[in-house]
Amino acid sequence: SAVSEKVRTRLEELDDLEEVGFCPHRCVCIHQDYANRIVEPNQSLKEAWSSDQKVKALKIVIQSCLFLGRLVYDRIWTMCSDSGPLPDSFTVEDVNDTAKETCLNWFFKIASIRELLPRLYVEAAILKCNRFLNKSDIQETLPRLTAMIRGIGDPLVAAYARAYLCRVGMEVAPHLKDSLNRNFFDLLGTFQQISGESVQSQLVQQRVEVPEYLTLYSPAISWILQCIAYRAPEPLLMEMMERCKKLGNNALLLNSVMRAFRPEFVAARAADFIGMIKDCDEAGFPKHLLFGSLGRSLACADPPESERLTILNEAWKVITKVRSPQDYINCAEIWVEFTCRHFTKREVNTILADIIKHMTPDRAFEDAYPQLQSVIRKILTYFHDFSILFSTERFLPFLDMFQKDSVRVEVCRAIMEVFIKHQVELTRDPVILNAMLHICKAMHDSVTDFFICVALTLEDERRSLALLIIGFIRMVSFGRDFEQQLSFCVEARATFCNLEPVLVQLIHTVNQLAMETRRVMRGSHSRKTAAFVRACAAYSYITIPSLSNIFSRLSLYLLSGQVALANQCLSQADAFLKAAVSILAEVPRSISVEGKIRSSESFLLDFISNFLATLLVVPDHPEHGVLYLVRGLLNMVQDYTWEDNSDAKVRVYVSALPLLAAMSQETYLYCIPKVDSNETLYGGDPKFLSELNKLCETLIGQILDHLKALGRDEHSARRQSALAFSLFGVLLAHGDLRNNKLSQLAVNLWNLSHKQGHCETRISVRTLEYIKHQAQQPDMTHLSDTVQRLALQSRT
Amino acid sequence: MSVTLDIRLKRANKIYHEGETVAGVIVLVCKEPLQHHGISLNMEGLVNLQLSSKSVGVFEAFYNSVKYTLRCDMKRSLLAKDLSRNCEFIVHCQPQKAKVIPTPVNFTITPGTLQNTRERSLLPKFLIRGHLDATSCVISQPLTGEVVVENSDVPIKSIELQLVRVETCGCAEGYARDATEIQNIQIAEGDVCHGLSIPIYMVFPRLFTCPTLETTNFKVEFEVNIVVVLHDDHLITENFPLKLCRV
Repeated sequence: SAVSEKVRTRLEELDDLEEVGFCPHRCVCIHQDYANRIVEPNQSLKEAWSSDQKVKALKIVIQSCLFLGRLVYDRIWTMCSDSGPLPDSFTVEDVNDTAKETCLNWFFKIASIRELLPRLYVEAAILKCNRFLNKSDIQETLPRLTAMIRGIGDPLVAAYARAYLCRVGMEVAPHLKDSLNRNFFDLLGTFQQISGESVQSQLVQQRVEVPEYLTLYSPAISWILQCIAYRAPEPLLMEMMERCKKLGNNALLLNSVMRAFRPEFVAARAADFIGMIKDCDEAGFPKHLLFGSLGRSLACADPPESERLTILNEAWKVITKVRSPQDYINCAEIWVEFTCRHFTKREVNTILADIIKHMTPDRAFEDAYPQLQSVIRKILTYFHDFSILFSTERFLPFLDMFQKDSVRVEVCRAIMEVFIKHQVELTRDPVILNAMLHICKAMHDSVTDFFICVALTLEDERRSLALLIIGFIRMVSFGRDFEQQLSFCVEARATFCNLEPVLVQLIHTVNQLAMETRRVMRGSHSRKTAAFVRACAAYSYITIPSLSNIFSRLSLYLLSGQVALANQCLSQADAFLKAAVSILAEVPRSISVEGKIRSSESFLLDFISNFLATLLVVPDHPEHGVLYLVRGLLNMVQDYTWEDNSDAKVRVYVSALPLLAAMSQETYLYCIPKVDSNETLYGGDPKFLSELNKLCETLIGQILDHLKALGRDEHSARRQSALAFSLFGVLLAHGDLRNNKLSQLAVNLWNLSHKQGHCETRISVRTLEYIKHQAQQPDMTHLSDTVQRLALQSRT
Repeated sequence: MSVTLDIRLKRANKIYHEGETVAGVIVLVCKEPLQHHGISLNMEGLVNLQLSSKSVGVFEAFYNSVKYTLRCDMKRSLLAKDLSRNCEFIVHCQPQKAKVIPTPVNFTITPGTLQNTRERSLLPKFLIRGHLDATSCVISQPLTGEVVVENSDVPIKSIELQLVRVETCGCAEGYARDATEIQNIQIAEGDVCHGLSIPIYMVFPRLFTCPTLETTNFKVEFEVNIVVVLHDDHLITENFPLKLCRV
């Protein structure tokens, strides 16, 4: 219906405002805006009131007052001068008559507001505007408003009015301390009202318990005391304290004193305060709140050293007796800081045990996760030595209270972050390792089931958790005890099988271990170390297939193959490389890189080039044929379903030619110590060379076929040119151009690549220069014939 | 074509005294040249006397009708509308030369001090004391004083200050007296703390008060009532005549 429609749009408008926030800073308000802003707090005021948050309601009122005050002040300020805005340090003389008149008008209007409370609040709100009229006015107004509050019958309402007035006073005239004191003494004066008939009968009527009612005063009183205590001399604070002692209901005041006065002041008299807390009436203000306030002071200022243990004992005697788990944990959490600051793991352990005892019955911990987390945070702030931390008996049992997955992950993550930041030395401490494995496992396990429901953050979460676990793994070192290290990796693999990056790290760690062994043995393994590096290879060989990312698998197969080769594990190396070749066919045509779908072609080409370079030093397997791996790879390349209109396959063929050329050399470019490559195996056997030649011919044949095919379509002229030029380059660098056929082929390729004018002249020129330069080398004179047949493309 | 005519007085508060010149400018804003047949300025002072509804031929009140205006007119040709603008200003009488010496007035209110009550015995017990700093007041200064609830059997609901203007008009035929509440402000709300002095403080409203005036034919006088409302809605009123003046 139309009405509900209207209501809905209205609500939406309010929502919009919500986004802007009720933040009046420096906003230019047009009327509608202003009206809306008044409506909105109204709404939240009603809500706060009906949901029993009276103090919040008051805060909203105070907010609104401050807002109004600022609006009025800014308006008059802009009226003050016709020539631009006044500086902040203006005096009454700078203010023009119109502004003064407007300001005066405000004060007259406010003075005629009928009800006491609005008149008081609004006048306090625009207190600052007195600056436009007279310097001394604020000095007179503040005491007057202070006295005016005496007219408020409800002591709670009066207390908040005082707090507000102090707040405004501090902002406008911080030097006028007298009014602050006056407010406080008046407040003390009205304390008798709390036990009076009016208040008591009201409490009965509204069914509010006295302790609960008293806590409502705390924020207001604390604020007033805070204003007073700000830069106040010690004797004044002492006087205030004495006054509080003498009054009834002093627990309430005591609480505010402890919260408002400088922590150093409180800490220095902590023993006195404990005495006073003990003397307080049981039925009044809750004692755990008093100890909470004391604890808060002691968390940032230190009491005399000799008193510390007594303080802790006295406080904990009371805290441990608090029945409600919520009250208990609120207070205990505060005292953890003090305990951590000054005591050892023994005391912390005792406290942890006590917390566990209180929070376990009826699963009370479920409602106290924030506090329990804060306990952990505090401990982590002070204990960076993890061997001490983890040998604290109740620490791990304490962690067991975090049973909600999301919270557990958060806590574990916090611990891990501190560990990674502060654990500088590599460690093999079994206490640390066990505990960390426990924590990491907790994180790891919750990833598996918990994050299913929040799929959006799944990847990021997994990645960051994996990073933390990796950080831990990298801190673990058993020194020379390589076998221990390997068995740690075996255990870690079993524990973290669901986090791929961790598995990748483990493979790297094991590979590193193998290389480290090789270094220690200076390249010659004993029977024992040979067995060990084979075990390392076996570890990687078993682990790699469980990775889902195909490129991780490929590169790890290659890397592990290289490591195996370096450690003279020939059959293992063979197995790795074979495995790599065998999964090439599985590489998808497109992969997701950082959330974007991209063609996998360039990754694949990179990998194959890298792989080919390794193949030079891999000796042929005695049971398989000549160039078994090279052929295997090329077969896979041929069978692979490349993208349509792609030259990738042929590019692989082109890049395989240098390998074949290198293999036919008498001495290879590089080799691996203690591993005999094909160079030694075949020793330049003519059969082997002819195999290589045949293979080259086949490849070149394939490339030329492809070039021909490209020539049939004029759209692919550029591709044809580029491909021809790259084959030309390979022939030039790796071919023996004394061979006439080859030399003729090179010339043809040059001409083909220049036929359509797609070559970059700069590169062509440079290539020619290079060939000319080469031709001057001994044994290379044949090149000068060739170069004369290479023509540059005409620039028509 | 938009034309605006405005009167701007030099004095921002627009308050003038006998013998002073009302000075300022007429501001005419238009985008194009404007033809006119002259601009004139008039000053008017008006009092609107209100006839009594009770007795025929008797004037009752006039306070709110005293009005001084400046009127600016611009005559224009037949086709265009004439323009006109009003501007009100305020005239204060010459301040008194004599100094007012404040004399405090103390008061005590108990069931016993009340007049005008029928069931004195039914009234709850209470004792309210206090003082006004002065009853001869300078109109530009607030009315001040203190009130203390020493004790009260019934909780207090509210304490208010009520400012009343009393106008008396008359001649040989008789007098008409008209009392109007012109301001009522609360100085205490709820059951205030006993024994704690609560300030009495009231600013005289600028437009509704003037110095106390006494002539043979008419009078303008002011009074303040301190009204205490008890929780059982008993109303206790204490009346103080005031004498206002300007210095």
